[in-house]
Amino acid sequence: MAEETLLNDDFLRQLINVGEVDIVVGLSTHNHARTIGPVIAAIQAGILKCFPRERVAIINADGGSQDGTTELVERASIDDVWRESKVFALRTLHSISVRYDRTPDPGKALQTILAATDLLRAKTCVLISPESTTIEPDWLQRLARPVYDENFDLVCPIYARQRSDGALMRNLLYPMTRSIYGCRIREPYGSEFAISGRLVTDFLAKGISNDDWGRMGPEIAVTVTAIVGKYRVCQAFLGAKAHPGRGTQDVVGVMRRTVGALFSSMDSNFGMWSVVSGSELPPTFGKPPEIEPEGSRINRKRLLDMFAAGVAQLEPVLRSILSPSMLGELQRIAALGINEFEYPAELWTRTVFEFVASYHKSIINRDHIIQALVPLYRGRSLTFLTENRNGNGENIETREEALCADFERLKPYLLKIWADGK
Amino acid sequence: MRETILTELIQAFQQMARDIVHYLPRLVVMLIIALVGWLIAYLLKVLVRSSLRLTKFSKLSENAGATELLHQAALPSSTELVSRLVFWVAWFGFFLLGVSVLGIAGLQEYISEFFLFLPRLFVALVILFFGLVAATFFSRAVLLAAVNANFRSSRMLSTAVRIIIIIFAFSMAFEILGVAAETMLIAFATVFGAAMLALAIAFGLGGQDLARRFLQRKLEPNKEEKEDELSPL
Repeated sequence: MAEETLLNDDFLRQLINVGEVDIVVGLSTHNHARTIGPVIAAIQAGILKCFPRERVAIINADGGSQDGTTELVERASIDDVWRESKVFALRTLHSISVRYDRTPDPGKALQTILAATDLLRAKTCVLISPESTTIEPDWLQRLARPVYDENFDLVCPIYARQRSDGALMRNLLYPMTRSIYGCRIREPYGSEFAISGRLVTDFLAKGISNDDWGRMGPEIAVTVTAIVGKYRVCQAFLGAKAHPGRGTQDVVGVMRRTVGALFSSMDSNFGMWSVVSGSELPPTFGKPPEIEPEGSRINRKRLLDMFAAGVAQLEPVLRSILSPSMLGELQRIAALGINEFEYPAELWTRTVFEFVASYHKSIINRDHIIQALVPLYRGRSLTFLTENRNGNGENIETREEALCADFERLKPYLLKIWADGK
Repeated sequence: MRETILTELIQAFQQMARDIVHYLPRLVVMLIIALVGWLIAYLLKVLVRSSLRLTKFSKLSENAGATELLHQAALPSSTELVSRLVFWVAWFGFFLLGVSVLGIAGLQEYISEFFLFLPRLFVALVILFFGLVAATFFSRAVLLAAVNANFRSSRMLSTAVRIIIIIFAFSMAFEILGVAAETMLIAFATVFGAAMLALAIAFGLGGQDLARRFLQRKLEPNKEEKEDELSPL
């Protein structure tokens, strides 16, 4: 059904020519000519090294690139890698590019790749970000092996991160997913992940990509679907995470795609998550990566200014979302100086939960609720930066655990305000 | 002479009695219509109030910012206000219907004008309500976008958007009602034009440095600022 509506005739013809494959490597692109070359090369090297006997197809779903990205993908030949490798693939490596739309749409891109996986009856689909310039050939094996050989359904990545890296992931997405769905997936929104053919079929059949949360954040939707559907989930340690867009990332857009999708997923899965208490660690493969040396300087004063200005200027909006006592607390910490400033874990947890409840009740427009969270996230990020400034891996891990414990401990508070009328 | 006066007087009284006898049933009919109208209007009020409570109209009104406006004007809640409005419009309509039974020639025209005015009143109220909804939505959207873009005068910008949309909604409503339509149109055009001119002058003269810095930031983004942002994912 999904194939009929998503895949155009030309793309279908190409897929039919490919026939059945064992592994699909999916790339969702939009003007990635600058970074796609090394990524494709690493994927091909990974295939030659780790899956020489398997039938593999690279599927590129493109959202209207104007910089020749698709041509680069189609032109990439396995011969380039052969010259440097001592291993030879025993099968033909197919590389297909399709333009699913004129404008980028992550939901449609993922759906296109998954529909192609389903049609090619692949056992495993590995999604790779075209921006992952730090990718190594081994990543393919680390992601695909647990699905291909050990019957896991979803393999999420764990990256080596810098101290200040992934503030949203470490302060909201991970603790929240862990406390709500009871699964300790470190990267619920992974740039890279592997998914089984079974889960692909189920995901497409349920039409989750067409739901609000599926459209908003397809990557989160895959993770949540796997956890809620009791699929076998595991994690694999990869290397350093690439950040080609550092400094230019649209925080509001990122919040919509991740936090918005996570909040939205809770409406339809209430029956499942409301009875979950505590959390379990899924099987984790590989060696934990070291913390990366700090490569960027963050302006802490600017973060505080943006937080304080947000709390002051958005007061009428925050008043409708948060309880009076919570708003009072935020106003109190917003008045602190840079050296005294602290947004404590418990206060942050309660803030997030009150946002979740308001989002569920649609107190105001849901997108506005997500946007109103952005200045508060900056405030929490400042505390996160301050706390981890001189910390080693162990300190950082301990603090992350403490935050997660707060999210789990305060879950009854969320359940209470979820049901209350405001 | 005396007899003539008496005769005239008796005739006048007889005429008055005839008129009273002639009008009395009509008056009774008018009173009955007014009474039944009151009952129907009251039932309508109860029905509208319950429906609005069921559909959480007060929440919608709160979101639209109408509740705050009513509160500031010391008026009852939006649900109460709408149900009272329905009561009075319905009852007044019935009352006028009753008056028309009396057959007073001069009143007929006004009564029919009132009934023709009702649909326009309804449309004007709907326009006002949705105008308030739009004003609240867009002013909040502007406020959030401006705050997240670290724009310093976010509140002022948001308020300006709100005021412009409300003035626009009022001018449309008054135009529908036919009340001072031209005055409202001129007032809107003047306020809007003045606001735009003020902004242009303020940005062009008063904010030369700001404009320069803004354009420099946009056209020559410096490296330090690029590295300023946290990497969220």
